[in-house]
Amino acid sequence: MPDYKNRPALSYYGTALPGVDYSELQGKLIVIEGPDAVGRSTQIRGLKPWLEEAGHAVLDTGMARSALAGKGIKEAKQGNTLGSITMTLYYLTDFADRLENEIIPALRAGVVVLTDRYIFSVMARAIARGENRAWIEKVAGFALVPHSVLYLRAKVPDLISRVVVGRGAFDFWESGMDLRFGRNMYDSFVRYQARLIRVFDSLAAPYNFQVIDATKPPVEVFESLKSSVAKIFESDPTTSLADHRKSVRPARGTVPLKTAASRRTP
Amino acid sequence: MQFFLPNRGPGRLIVVEGIDGSGKSTQIALLSQWLRLRGYAVAFSEWNSSPLVHETTRRGKKKEMFTPTSFSLIHATDFADRMERYIIPLLKAGAVVCADRYAYTAFARDMVRGVDRAWVRNIYRFALQPDLAFYFKVPLEVALGRILGGRNALKYYEAGMDLGLSRNIEESFRIFQGRILAEYESMIEEMGFHVIDATKSIESQQKEMRRVVLHKFGVMRPPGVLGVELSPARLHA
Repeated sequence: MPDYKNRPALSYYGTALPGVDYSELQGKLIVIEGPDAVGRSTQIRGLKPWLEEAGHAVLDTGMARSALAGKGIKEAKQGNTLGSITMTLYYLTDFADRLENEIIPALRAGVVVLTDRYIFSVMARAIARGENRAWIEKVAGFALVPHSVLYLRAKVPDLISRVVVGRGAFDFWESGMDLRFGRNMYDSFVRYQARLIRVFDSLAAPYNFQVIDATKPPVEVFESLKSSVAKIFESDPTTSLADHRKSVRPARGTVPLKTAASRRTP
Repeated sequence: MQFFLPNRGPGRLIVVEGIDGSGKSTQIALLSQWLRLRGYAVAFSEWNSSPLVHETTRRGKKKEMFTPTSFSLIHATDFADRMERYIIPLLKAGAVVCADRYAYTAFARDMVRGVDRAWVRNIYRFALQPDLAFYFKVPLEVALGRILGGRNALKYYEAGMDLGLSRNIEESFRIFQGRILAEYESMIEEMGFHVIDATKSIESQQKEMRRVVLHKFGVMRPPGVLGVELSPARLHA
């Protein structure tokens, strides 16, 4: 099994992209990964303003949001005839478009990129559907090595309660119904998500994931994420969060900082 | 050489390759019709024709959004969809599948666009090994003469304009096709192409293709569809 642990951040895993000068990249790339309904987007909604408050420009992006393929993927998922290799390659097309047209330009400009899922979700879905692991690792090898992959790890029962409470219904694809892992959506969800978690776990060591226990309440998960993210900046003095983490108090005699809302009115 | 996964049949996969203007589409149409008239179930699959990704490809081309990598991946997605939903099931059912362009097109074009050779070749590992791959060998000037000067305007990606080879679209097309031609030539031996001299008359090219099909399938004796055997005797009937 290839070991990507020692690949430096913002280099590539396996194959260089044509026309990219990797030495120009200077922002931070932070990946939030984990199974469906584990709470990734909730956490990102918290992390983004927290980073911005500390003075970082943040780009948040996520799977199937590309200008090129986002719409096509959503349409393809409406019909239930998407084969697993086709789905894998379609998601990687979407990823390539976001990587080259959003993520890399943002990193060049020194922006912090926060991404909801990365190649690992695409890989996990393919492997859970029986596709060859070496194949997908090579195909996805053009991805940039992130500064940190924060893996929100939970167990299937945690996901089920989130689906039932949060969404009220099981999703066809999240239940792996294209391969029918069980007689009904619930059974299929349980088996498919258990498989996905096993695959994510198997990717954790070779890709250097930081495992975050997502069975805890969201507030505690948020604290773990913040301390992991803070470490990325601490190791780099030019972008350190150290000053910002203390609450800023205006010095005596100066005018207090105005809030965003009051600034709008002249 | 077996580069792809073996086709465990019982159907047969016939592929045509060559640069634009080599005449391969005309020839595969004639060959399909010849097989169909003899009672075989013949299916046809063209490069870049999956309805699933059609809108995405159209959007990307219209707005010139593609990079070499996303261009490569969307064509692989298109190919995978046709493979999973169409080509593989039909081969299992015993049809003769005729493909106008195959993974080799990606190998040639993506290489010219600067994509890593090992990477693009790995993508297509899921494809099936064609039973026959015809390569239509034609000098660049002959192919250009068939394409240029026609009424159909050249398109941006077709002419390789994304590579910045020339600001003149015809000039860009010439350079681009020339480089693709060199890539094809370098694959002939490695991929075991059956070379057709595409400067010859349409009739003599077709005759050669039919001869090769009879020879190859006669020897291999694949079970045909509709309870008939695809053998030389049957094909001559």
